[in-house]
Parts: sequence; C-alpha cells; structure tokens
Amino acid sequence: MQDSNTIINEVTAGDYKYGFVTDIDTETIRRGLDENTVRIISAKKNEPEWLLEYRLKAYRHWLTMEMPEWAHLSIPPIDYQDIIYYAAPKQKEGPKSLDEVDPELLKTFDKLGIPLEEQKHLTGMAVDAVMDSVSVKTTFKEVLAEKGVIFCSFSEAVQHHPDLVQEYLGTVVSYRDNFFAALNSAVFSDGSFVYIPKGIRCPMELSTYFRINAANTGQFERTLIVADDESYVSYLEGCTAPMRDENQLHAAIVEIVAKEQAEVKYSTVQNWYPGDKEGKGGIYNFVTKRGLCKGYGSKISWTQVETGSAITWKYPSCILAGDNSVGKFYSVAVTNNYQQADTGTKMIHIGKNTKSTIVSKGISAGHSQNSYRGLVKVSPRAENARNHSQCDSLLLSSTCGAHTFPYVDIQNDTAVVEHEATTSKISEEQLFYCNQRGISTEEAVGLIVNGYAREVMNKLPMEFAVEAQKLLTISLEGSVG
Amino acid sequence: MNMLEIKNLHASINGKEILKGINLTVNPGKVHAIMGPNGSGKSTLGSVLVGNPAFEVTEGEVLFEGKDLLELSPEDRSREGLFLSFQYPVEIPGVSMVNFMRAALNEHRKYKGLEPVSATDFLKLMREKRAIVELDNKLASRSVNEGFSGGEKKRNEIFQMAMLEPKLAILDETDSGLDIDALRIVANGVNTLKSPENATIVITHYQRLLDYIKPDVVHVLYKGRIVKTAGPELALELEEKGYDWIKQEVDEA
Repeated sequence: MQDSNTIINEVTAGDYKYGFVTDIDTETIRRGLDENTVRIISAKKNEPEWLLEYRLKAYRHWLTMEMPEWAHLSIPPIDYQDIIYYAAPKQKEGPKSLDEVDPELLKTFDKLGIPLEEQKHLTGMAVDAVMDSVSVKTTFKEVLAEKGVIFCSFSEAVQHHPDLVQEYLGTVVSYRDNFFAALNSAVFSDGSFVYIPKGIRCPMELSTYFRINAANTGQFERTLIVADDESYVSYLEGCTAPMRDENQLHAAIVEIVAKEQAEVKYSTVQNWYPGDKEGKGGIYNFVTKRGLCKGYGSKISWTQVETGSAITWKYPSCILAGDNSVGKFYSVAVTNNYQQADTGTKMIHIGKNTKSTIVSKGISAGHSQNSYRGLVKVSPRAENARNHSQCDSLLLSSTCGAHTFPYVDIQNDTAVVEHEATTSKISEEQLFYCNQRGISTEEAVGLIVNGYAREVMNKLPMEFAVEAQKLLTISLEGSVG
Repeated sequence: MNMLEIKNLHASINGKEILKGINLTVNPGKVHAIMGPNGSGKSTLGSVLVGNPAFEVTEGEVLFEGKDLLELSPEDRSREGLFLSFQYPVEIPGVSMVNFMRAALNEHRKYKGLEPVSATDFLKLMREKRAIVELDNKLASRSVNEGFSGGEKKRNEIFQMAMLEPKLAILDETDSGLDIDALRIVANGVNTLKSPENATIVITHYQRLLDYIKPDVVHVLYKGRIVKTAGPELALELEEKGYDWIKQEVDEA
C-alpha cells in the first residue's frame, strides 16, 4: 500500500526555476552597518540633507531595538555586520533610453518574463525593474506623465519630486514602528514611487519587479504610493532571487496613502528563493506593508500570493481612518519543504462605518510551518465597523503545521466582527478519485490547490492570475518547471 | 483476444486476504453482474481492477486487451478505457465539475495523441452527456460532488462515464441509496451508453438493478471466489431464495 505521504512528497518536491545568477559587474560597498554605511548609501544616491537625517535617526533608533520574537518562526541569528547594504549593477549613470541599459540586465528580466522593451508589452502594464539596490528601468513613464501620473524609482522621486517624498515618507510606517522598519528606514535602497493626481484613473497597471542578484547582500526596498482624491490605481509587485546556499535578508517597507474616495489595489506575487529541499539557503523576508485610508470612502486592498522565501514575516495592513473607508486583505500563502511563514493582516478601524474583509488561505506541505496572524481592532469612535475574516488551512502532509492566531480588540459596541476558520487535508480518496478519471496525482493536487485558492486568485489582475496559478502549481509539483 | 481476463487473482488489505483466486473473462458487448452477500469481496474486485492503492495484489494476473493491467498506474488504466462508478463518490471542494471533467477528458485525449478539446466543443459535449442522466446544469458547475444528494452523486458518476466513454465500466453498488426514479434514470443512462464495443460489470447485492440493466452473465462471489456462474435466471433465483443455499453448497464442499 502506497502511503499518501509518499505520493504527496513526490508531488510537492518542486524546483525553483528563477534560481540563475546574472553575470554582471556589481558595485558593492563594504560589509557591515554603522553610521558611515548610512552616509555612504545616502551619498551614493545624492540625497538631500533631510533624508540623510531621517536615515540617521532611524539608524540610531534601530540600535535601541531588538529583533521581535513573538512570531511563530524559528529564525537563526542574523549577523547584521556580515551583510552588504548596497549593491548596484554597474551601468552608465541613469540610463535615458533602453539602448543604454546593459543588455545582460535586459536579458535577465526577459528570462524572468518581464520584457522591458515597451513594444513587447502587449498587456498595457508599466514596469519598474529593480535589481539589488537600484532601479534598472521604468517603462511607459512618458505615457503616464501625460495624465500627471508619476511612476518612477524611489531614488528618482527623491531627486525630482522631493516635496512629495518628504510630505509622505514615514507617515504610514514610522521608522519607530518595528525593528525591521527601523532598519529599512536607515538603509533603504530603491523601490518605486507612485503618485496619482486628483480624479485620475491610472490608465494602466503599474508594476515593480524586484530581483536580488548579488551575493551576501540584503535588499531593503522602499515603496510609496499616494493616491489623491478620487483617483484609482492597481499596482503589482513580483520578486525572485538566485539559489544560494546562504540566507539573504530582505526587509522592505511599502506605504500607501489613499485620500478621499481614492482606491488602491496592491497585488503581490512573492517568489523569493525558498531554500532547497533540506532547508538550506533562501530569503528571509521581513516586510512591513501598510496602507492608510485617509480620506472619506477610500479603499485599499492587499492581494498576495506568497510562495517563496525561507522565512516570511509580513502583515499588510489597513488603517481605516477615513469615515466609510474599506480595507481588504486576500492572501494565499504556500509553504513547502522547510519554509516558514507567519503572515496575515491588521485592520485598524478608526473612522465611522468602516468595513474590512480578510480572506486568508494557507497551504502547507513538506516540513513547513504556516501561520495566519491577524488583528481586527475597532477603536472607541469607530461606529458601525464591520469585519469579516475567513482563515482556511490546507495541509498536504502530516509533517507540516498550520496555525491561526486571530486577535480581536473591540472598543465600540456597534461593531460586527465575524471570524470563520477551517482546516482541511487532501485525502488519498480524493487523489484516487482523480486518478481513476485519468488525472495524474500531480495534476490532481494542482486542481485541488488552485480550486482552494480561487477566491483569492480571482482578485488578481488577469495577466497576473495566470502566472500566479502556474506558480502555485510549480511550488507544489515535481516535474513542472 | 478477450477484453478482460482475470486469472487466479489474490488481493489483500492490511495483510488480510479478501480475494482468494478470482477467474473471470469479459468480452465486448456483454453485461456481467457480480452478486454476492455482504463482505464477499465484490467491491474489492472493482477497486483492485482500477488500481486502488489501498489494496495489494499478492498473486495472479489481469490482462486488459492483452496488456498487463496490474503494471499500469491507476490513471493509465483509466486512459486505457477502464472506468469505476464509485459506491461512495468523494467530494472535492473548490474543484468545479467543469474543470475536473475538462482535465480528465484532456488527459484521455493526450494519451491517445489528440489535441486538448476546445472550450466550445467541450461545453457542447457536457450539455449532450448531461442530458443522458438528466443532470442539472447547476450541478455541472458546482464543485465535484460537493453538497450533492446520494442520487445526484450516482447520476454524476454515470455522467462522467458518458463523458469518458470507457471500454469497460464497473458499476459498484450504483443502486445503493437510490430511490426508484433515480434508479430508473441511472439505469437508463447505462443502457444508452451500451454498445457492441464496450462492456459493463455490474456489482450489486440486489436483483433490483438487474430489472433495468439486463445482464448476459451472472456470477456469485462468496468468500473471495466466484462460486457460481449462470445466465440472468440466477439473479432471479437469488432474489427469491437469498444467498444461504449457495453459502451452504460452498461451505459443505
């Protein structure tokens, strides 16, 4: 009799197909972190004095903090002095056109399925491609500029739109927020900046593709999205990294501000290298993502498909400050082999008539640990707050773990808060039923997993959904990829 | 060449032997009924033929169109044209019947070297085959067997059989839990699908189903062996007299 574990183990032993390394000259600074590191990074980016001061304040605050230990994660000690905090592929100062971008870099992004040549882009999606600490190229900038939409790398925004950056940086995630937020605020390298002016519906999907390439480096990206009154934007983020035996640190901050009646949809497909089958290597993904629904009737939704990283610590959250504002969180988190994920959201209801929805789908295989951690907080003046949370776990092995940590803090009697949770397992009977109809076990697992995650996948933009569906299958299957 | 040839088949579950030397030959155009008291190994025989991994074959040989069936994976047995209508069809939440059926059909086509079916052709086929068992469109777009009543599950089994057009269909207690209307619909479906090229093995405890699906041969399975084989009249005799006289015959021998 074949044990169902053996069947599923065979199926879930998938390969990571983004593990290649680009052979390109990289400029790196020395290892280690002190005030001077912060000054070097700031100088490399030719930053104004106020930003250097901000970084230094963050660095000094970071020194007083300790790594958080409350997550259901076992994190090996990280030597912050053994990390390179800045690495940039060598190329001409700020390439103006595509011809000036190193062909090796273009090839890399092509290989990842992210063509940077605009004529190749049929989908109407603008891309900011970030490798290690710098942005390589942002497409469709001119088309967007006609509408007044600013979409550029964070470093560029600091140069060209310093007032906007200064007005909003750190207003949603303060450098005092947590250990990794402080670290990021001190050494952040690059990321994207988006500004959608009043009344504008952004004419195309904006997306940033993050790639770690250099060894021994950390990536500390910083993204800031500001949606002015009655504007709309859909933003996508993708990430991959080469296969390496050592762990690499990724600590990002994403801040979103949505003003009156504005709507921001933020989707992530996170596929950092998860480590090998024995749990060696992989990215430590410690990310702070938060959106502020500042204005009346504003909306922010987070959709995430998390398949990568050795360890994920991430809680994309919404502060529902504006009356009648809406926050949504849709998540599929897959862990396999020895991956660990502690992920979820915080919905902080402050305004009246605010609504939030949480749909979390965890899928665990191998020896992995997958936790949902979520907070729903209703403050005293948040009359008529509504929340619905649904947390489902699907187990594919008997050696993995699924955990749910829902926190509820209600300080107003008019709140209606609902929480549903389920745990299920793919049974041998289900697999055999599929087999008997001619469907291989591998494809059956794919069907069941994608069916299970469908509610979340449906929230992704079309082009992304197809990719994400494939990714789910690849993360869990053996022969594909 | 016979379609199915079972020779001295022994199989066990968790070390307990259930099948103790089955011999059976099935040919195209024929309907075989396998009857017998509870626990005699009827369902086990069906499960073993389609390769259920819960059972271990310890001895014997099964040839399907000359191929060594026991060497094939369960999915390849299906693609070769073997179909089991499950006694207890399993629910697969989140997987729509449409996606499930399309995946199955395309696997069968790939095996035959055919291109995947187009969306329009597939939906047309679904409509056509659904009608055979009077299966509601709503059921076809729901998750596999999820929330289906007992009768709907069995109709859904026959619907899948119609979609995959197997050479040999094994109906495992398809009549259990069916009211008379559902029984008629299911039997009607099976009869519609019958052709000179395919064959059916009907596993049943009662004669009732055989009023609707007329068998050519009736076998009685008892204690893991086929102890009696005769024409359709045997089913009627069993209905009248029960299984005790057969048990006696065997136990005394």
